[in-house]
Amino acid sequence: MNETATQIEARSTSDPAAGVIRVAGDVTSGSEPALMAAYGQLVGGGARVIILDFGDLAYMNSGGIGLLVTLLVRVQRQGQRLRAVGLNDHYRQIFTLTRLDEAIGIFDSEAAALAG
Amino acid sequence: MTVTEPRPPSDRDAWARPVTRLQATAVDAPRDTVTGKRVAGPAQGFGQMWQKTFKVPLTGATLSPEELIAVWKARFPTFWPSSGRFYAPLAGIAPGEVALLDIAPLPGAPVRLSTGIMVIYADDESFTFMTPEGHTLSAWITFSAYRDGSQTVAQAQALERTSDPLDELAYLLGGSRMNDRFWQATLANLARSVGVAEPQVETHKTCVDSHRQWRYVRNLGHSATIDSAIATLTAPIRRLTRRGPR
Repeated sequence: MNETATQIEARSTSDPAAGVIRVAGDVTSGSEPALMAAYGQLVGGGARVIILDFGDLAYMNSGGIGLLVTLLVRVQRQGQRLRAVGLNDHYRQIFTLTRLDEAIGIFDSEAAALAG
Repeated sequence: MTVTEPRPPSDRDAWARPVTRLQATAVDAPRDTVTGKRVAGPAQGFGQMWQKTFKVPLTGATLSPEELIAVWKARFPTFWPSSGRFYAPLAGIAPGEVALLDIAPLPGAPVRLSTGIMVIYADDESFTFMTPEGHTLSAWITFSAYRDGSQTVAQAQALERTSDPLDELAYLLGGSRMNDRFWQATLANLARSVGVAEPQVETHKTCVDSHRQWRYVRNLGHSATIDSAIATLTAPIRRLTRRGPR
């Protein structure tokens, strides 16, 4: 496997109550610090809806999926919502396989996720 | 004009395809309580969510992480303590395969819990199981190996909730410690098999979510614990009715 570094960065949106975490490159259990730091940044900015943008995701193993579960728990405990955009067919199937699609709303675009 | 196809994800072959209902592919198992059920992960469980990590440095062994994983996959059932039996699929540990297992919930108990797992991920460095509805746990467990300096470390890491209130009670009353000992023994057996004289298994546990998901009380409807207990208790009656009147 040609490894691509994990790239995780948070940004605000047109909706002050929502924020986006761009998740790109390779995501494994080692991506936890970066993911949680980005989440913390959005929470500090007052986000109630967290949108994960997987449009540039190159690789995710089961450790990476496990990270999403721990993030989901944190989001739920704070009364926030977690949504996903940018999933290609392969990663949508993984969300279905792991039944994460029952807990994380999947949308076709950031605009749809903000409106959801 | 040349059209460039997008590069397929490098993990494509490592993941199983989603299924609506499981179909067991194990061989020689006495009971199949898994076929027809769905998978159930930590998001679908009832009890508190725990991350448990068991690791053993393979001191003195020269296997690479990839070689260790190959051994672990090939001989997976042989490393289990005698309290559990793993009925492997004919195709081995590969994405999409569904194994069956039975476990004695208590030493010497007449009831053996029959359930299974689905292999949702497998590559050269790790493989991950997901539990079906009815299993004591709603969980993922990943078996992996990695380099730590000059030595290879084998690891089993679970992200789990108990499936229903009955299982949660059993876990609180000692089931969790039994589960820990099971995986500690499994890793120790694995380490010994590759030449480690005195395996030192480390255990780390973190409560990821102290809340219980009460909406999953309904998981009692799938409970393999209840199903197995009923099957065991009614076995004498079934034997009598099969024999018929004399």
